[in-house]
Amino acid sequence: MHMATTLTINGETKSFDAPPEMPLLWVLRDILGMTGTKFGCGIAQCGACTVHVDGKAVRSCVLPVSAVANRTVTTIEHVGSTPAGAKVQKAWLEAEVIQCGYCQSGQIMAAAALLAATPNPDDSDIDAAMAGNICRCGTYVRIREAIKHAANGRQS
Amino acid sequence: MNAHNNLSRRSLLTGGLATGFLLAFHLPLRAAVNEPVQPRDTTEGKFAPNAFIRIDETGRTVLMMPQVEMGQGTYTSISAVLAEELDADWSKVEVQHAPPNDKLYGNPTFGLQVTGNSNSIRAWWLPLRQAGATARAMLVQAAASQWGVEPSSCTAAKGEVAHEASGRKLAYGALALAAQGQTPPKDVALKDPKDFVIIGQPLKRLDTPDKVNGKAVYGIDAILPGMKFATVAACPVFGGKVGKVDDSAAIKLPGVRKVVVLDDMVAVIGDHMWAAKQGLEALKIEWNEGPNAEITTKDIWDDLRKASQKDGAVAKSDGDIAKALASGDRFEAAYELPFLAHASMEPINATVHVRPDACEIWTGTQIMTRVQSEAAKAAGLPVDKVIVNNHLLGGGFGRKLEPDMVIAAVKIARQVDYPVKVVWTREEDIQHDVYRPVYRDQITASLVDGKVAGWKYKVAGSAVLARWLPPAFQKGIDIDAIDAAVDAPYDFANFHVEYVRAEPLSVPTGFWRGVGPNNNVFAVECAMDELARKAGKDPIEFRKSMLTKNPRMLAVLSQVAEKSGWGQKLPPRVGRGVCVQPSFASFIATVVEAEIDDIGEITLRRVTSVVDTGIAVNPDTVKAQIEGGLIFGLTAALYGEITIDKGRVQQSNFHDYRMMRINETPKIEVIVVKSGEAPGGIGEAGVNAGPPALRNAIYAATGVALRRLPIDRKLLAAGKKA
Repeated sequence: MHMATTLTINGETKSFDAPPEMPLLWVLRDILGMTGTKFGCGIAQCGACTVHVDGKAVRSCVLPVSAVANRTVTTIEHVGSTPAGAKVQKAWLEAEVIQCGYCQSGQIMAAAALLAATPNPDDSDIDAAMAGNICRCGTYVRIREAIKHAANGRQS
Repeated sequence: MNAHNNLSRRSLLTGGLATGFLLAFHLPLRAAVNEPVQPRDTTEGKFAPNAFIRIDETGRTVLMMPQVEMGQGTYTSISAVLAEELDADWSKVEVQHAPPNDKLYGNPTFGLQVTGNSNSIRAWWLPLRQAGATARAMLVQAAASQWGVEPSSCTAAKGEVAHEASGRKLAYGALALAAQGQTPPKDVALKDPKDFVIIGQPLKRLDTPDKVNGKAVYGIDAILPGMKFATVAACPVFGGKVGKVDDSAAIKLPGVRKVVVLDDMVAVIGDHMWAAKQGLEALKIEWNEGPNAEITTKDIWDDLRKASQKDGAVAKSDGDIAKALASGDRFEAAYELPFLAHASMEPINATVHVRPDACEIWTGTQIMTRVQSEAAKAAGLPVDKVIVNNHLLGGGFGRKLEPDMVIAAVKIARQVDYPVKVVWTREEDIQHDVYRPVYRDQITASLVDGKVAGWKYKVAGSAVLARWLPPAFQKGIDIDAIDAAVDAPYDFANFHVEYVRAEPLSVPTGFWRGVGPNNNVFAVECAMDELARKAGKDPIEFRKSMLTKNPRMLAVLSQVAEKSGWGQKLPPRVGRGVCVQPSFASFIATVVEAEIDDIGEITLRRVTSVVDTGIAVNPDTVKAQIEGGLIFGLTAALYGEITIDKGRVQQSNFHDYRMMRINETPKIEVIVVKSGEAPGGIGEAGVNAGPPALRNAIYAATGVALRRLPIDRKLLAAGKKA
């Protein structure tokens, strides 16, 4: 059954009706109209739908909305207001990481969560944090480079 | 017999650049969260000298994009070409998607508004420079007449006209109205490339700032007032139809609005994608699977191997091939490539609102006008009643050269009076693609004195062009399937290319990034490596000895040898492989270095590519396209195969149709050579390079001469020899 749900998304309180098992992805996209978070596979294989729940990167396509009722959700539309997110966005543009861009919301969310937890990631940290995010355009070389630039920017 | 059907993509050239005035549609590339797509701003451009340029009184410079942006950077490169000759202020340039109109925006190579075949820059290089230069001349004329001086005494730069003698200056915005009244000059001089100030600079992409913050709008992001959401299940067997549908459980689910039954698919419309998906799962559908329900991949390969034994239509024949093959050391091999799905990250989708008098579409397509005409048929409306709003594409790779998703969405939307967004699940997207065809490429060659004396190459496979652009399929030859076979870079005195059309049972085929050259470059470069070994020569030296008449190819090959450390000692079971390719009028040499462990698993260590694409409009985009193309091709070589059982595609999502990930990605170095030649194509070229270079690296490391893709690890375990 549908039920009234209240979530804190990007610092704002949002109330809406949705079945409790409905994945957060579709709440964001189809109920709240926040289309920056993307649908890629629906089975947590590609990472296009990555958002932050309490600062951790999660796949919103398999996350029931009821599971985040009392949590803080951050999406690509707001990640630039976090220090790590802003650095990642800047580094992404400086390195010209992006091609089609469809997966990049998820890539940026994953990278921002990585840098928030591990300010100076090495290659294996980057592999571990980013291997869940597929980019069909093949921007991986630049993603790695941009994460390192963002990390260095943090140090300076 | 010497026969050379002079068929090439260039022979398709139809129509010239049409110019004329057009309402300046304003279709923003971004939309505010929570707000529907903004209606069009139909304000007329103040200075609109042709279909591409709009300058208003404030100097705002809007460029209309005839080609679509799917990641290849074309919006920035096309803008650079226009802005260069316009002498626009680059910092003020904005881009808009062009509406469907073949006359105004048709790709000069095809006469259709199509983005594909890596030819956006190649096709538009001169027409858009002329468009920019003409507009600039009109702005100069306007300023000169205002000042009462000769236009030739004025100069233009960065969005301003100046009269140096008197020190006067006017910005383009201030000249916009007056320029609109000027007669366009007939012949305008184009700049000497040495005077370029925008082209060749490392330009920041115009489309990416909104791609880091969720504001960029793809087709799948369209939001309309009152819109509902649908998802579909098509008959899993190709060609099958819907039999009986029991929707009694589905229709009772909360949020489910309607079940739409079409000829070959069923759609559920709901308040959101989740409701639509739940509804679809609750349906009981009986399919009439039809005659294809028993087809397997093996049947298709049996057919293709049999068909490939036939003589083909001769595409090119130089010298005396029969005589050449009768002497020397003979070599024969067949190379086989699998079906592949596109798997763009944005699953196929279309949003449609069918009203009594019109049909409006929001999608991301590579074929604007074909979508419009096919939608008109599906809606039962005249073409001019179909409005197509194009968007950024979340990857195209050829999948969005097809209108099928729009046709289906129109048929669904006809059943309701509200707008409906139809989104394919990843499973439906992969199982109802238009697949890169299976190919079988046979090469017969003879070696005399360590060089190729005779080269006979027969390509067998689907003729995608025969379906997609029937007039281009002539004399039994698919010019796409043999594109890089007839254009082989080497100096072969006796050279013969044939094509056998062989359509796979039931499986629809289409263009896939890299297109025809994917099969040609693979076969040619694998064969060249095997021939080099037969001749006892180093693979690069062997190739060089037959590139003496191809200085651009020779130069990139020499450079890649140096940059990749070719010839330097490697550990056991590590190899380097090379690929040279003339595809899309670019000259590229690539070396892949790979390690193969004892159980046959492959680690990519390093890739080096040297690229001569002529004038690189945006050199960083050239690099990015090669990097990405290499990964796209290497992904296919390592993992890509769609197989069929009981008439159905067996793969369904990224767990069984694998993609390369960041942890598998090697170091990639791309060197873009400076050149003054006309620009070549770049979006697909990297895809061609990866598979043969990797295969040749494996050959060097293990001695196993693989002749099929994807790579079969079982053949590579320690101790195996080909």
